[in-house]
Amino acid sequence: MSISGLLWQLFAIVLALALAPLLTGWVNQCRAWLQNRSAPPLLLPYYMLHKLFLKDVVLAHGASPIFRFAPFAVFGCMLLACAIIPVLSTDLPFAPAADTIALVGVFGLARIFISLAAMDVGTSFGTLGGRREMLVGFLAEPALLMVIFTLAMIAQSTSVATIVETLAHREFVIYPSLAFAGIAFTFVSFAENARVPVDNPATHLELTMIHEAMILEYSGRHLALIEWAASLKLYAYSCLGLALFFPWGIAQGDSFLGLLVAIPMLVAKLAIGGVLLALIETLNAKVRIFRAPEFLGTAFLFAVLGLLVRLLLESRV
Amino acid sequence: MSLSAQLINLFAAVILLLAFAMLAQRRVLTLINLFALQGLTLALSTLVVAFTTGQAHLYGSAALTLVLKAVLLPWILHRLVRRLEVKWDVEPLIKVPTTMLVGIVLVIISFNVALPISQLSSTISRGTLGIALASVMLAFLMMITRSKAIPQVVGFLAMENGLFLAATSATYGMPMVVELGIALDVLVGVIILGVFFFQIRDQFDSLDIRHLERLKEK
Repeated sequence: MSISGLLWQLFAIVLALALAPLLTGWVNQCRAWLQNRSAPPLLLPYYMLHKLFLKDVVLAHGASPIFRFAPFAVFGCMLLACAIIPVLSTDLPFAPAADTIALVGVFGLARIFISLAAMDVGTSFGTLGGRREMLVGFLAEPALLMVIFTLAMIAQSTSVATIVETLAHREFVIYPSLAFAGIAFTFVSFAENARVPVDNPATHLELTMIHEAMILEYSGRHLALIEWAASLKLYAYSCLGLALFFPWGIAQGDSFLGLLVAIPMLVAKLAIGGVLLALIETLNAKVRIFRAPEFLGTAFLFAVLGLLVRLLLESRV
Repeated sequence: MSLSAQLINLFAAVILLLAFAMLAQRRVLTLINLFALQGLTLALSTLVVAFTTGQAHLYGSAALTLVLKAVLLPWILHRLVRRLEVKWDVEPLIKVPTTMLVGIVLVIISFNVALPISQLSSTISRGTLGIALASVMLAFLMMITRSKAIPQVVGFLAMENGLFLAATSATYGMPMVVELGIALDVLVGVIILGVFFFQIRDQFDSLDIRHLERLKEK
């Protein structure tokens, strides 16, 4: 572990903290443009965070320590995820802390805490949201794991950094299995980030909301942390998708020049990804909650197909 | 592995993907569009095989596939749907997630069955034999699980796509005469089935082929 590696690791975390609300704002702006609405300011998420941090926390009477602890746990999990995923460089001192399977576990831990907190106060909406979140989560996790297994078979390793190194810095080969895995990953990330086909991030309609239903009881800095964590999750998933399927531009090792190139590449890729996300969200309607298992079942199916195709077509390379 | 072999594998994977998409599709018009897309992918894949191996007759097959399966048949089916006014959702007999699970099992079986066969073959595209077999099985499954007439016909045509892919991957395609014969058969089949559709609808006021299960006079 070198000092410069550690510095770049810290820089990547700070970058994640700074860029995540911007990504959320950018997606919201693109969505508004595509839907012919006047767009909210790009920096609105920052203003929201600032406002919420200044406000006092109002706690429900029945709130237990879990309720107060959950926002910090969720925020910590998302920050750890952002630290593990190779955003700028594959030389990450934190990377050995967790491989991709543990990464899925980190997301799972955050989900458990936020669901517990939602059920803690005992309102009907919180419980409903928590249960729906667990339904979506338990279907999304196996699909995500299958996607990761496909990639792990290509790279012969479950470490994210090794997978990215294998895919980015090797002779160009077309992997048909990656196409399947990419589609499955897109499905899963829409479900996990409460985007349109499964949940609508912009609604407070009680019949349909999942994520919003869980955080209704939160206020002040707790709400700010949860909103920031949601932005970080979107950022982490976008970066994971970019790192696994479009790894070009991520620096290998800690050469200063490579990292300088990696930053504008990352911003450009995230900007394009945000436009695509908004486009898909605009073109699709939210499905009923009972269709969500079918949506995620399809994701799982694509991931398994990717694995099978990998075994059939690419095992004799 | 050479670039052309990679391309062939990629196209084969896309064909498998489209076969699953058709299996999951609830709307008739989208189903036909997916079928057209599958035909286009098949034509591209055949073109790559033809270019790589220099087999002249495969260019003919690719052109035939393109004209027939990506343009002509979808156009006829679109016309039929419009004339019959059947833009409703397809009603599968089994629920879609169950169908998909059965589909995965079929894929595993076909991959296993095809693996020893494809090892005997020496063609550049031998790896795709498993996928070809899987698409035949999936199209067959689609015919079984659908109760309306038009999805059944699309399933039948998709099965022919799978057979064509199998022929190309195992032996660089069938002789031109056979291929022309099959193409003509499929075309005539669709036209005759189109006539049938009108007859079925006139008789039962519906295209649900479950009505055909009891044809006896009461």
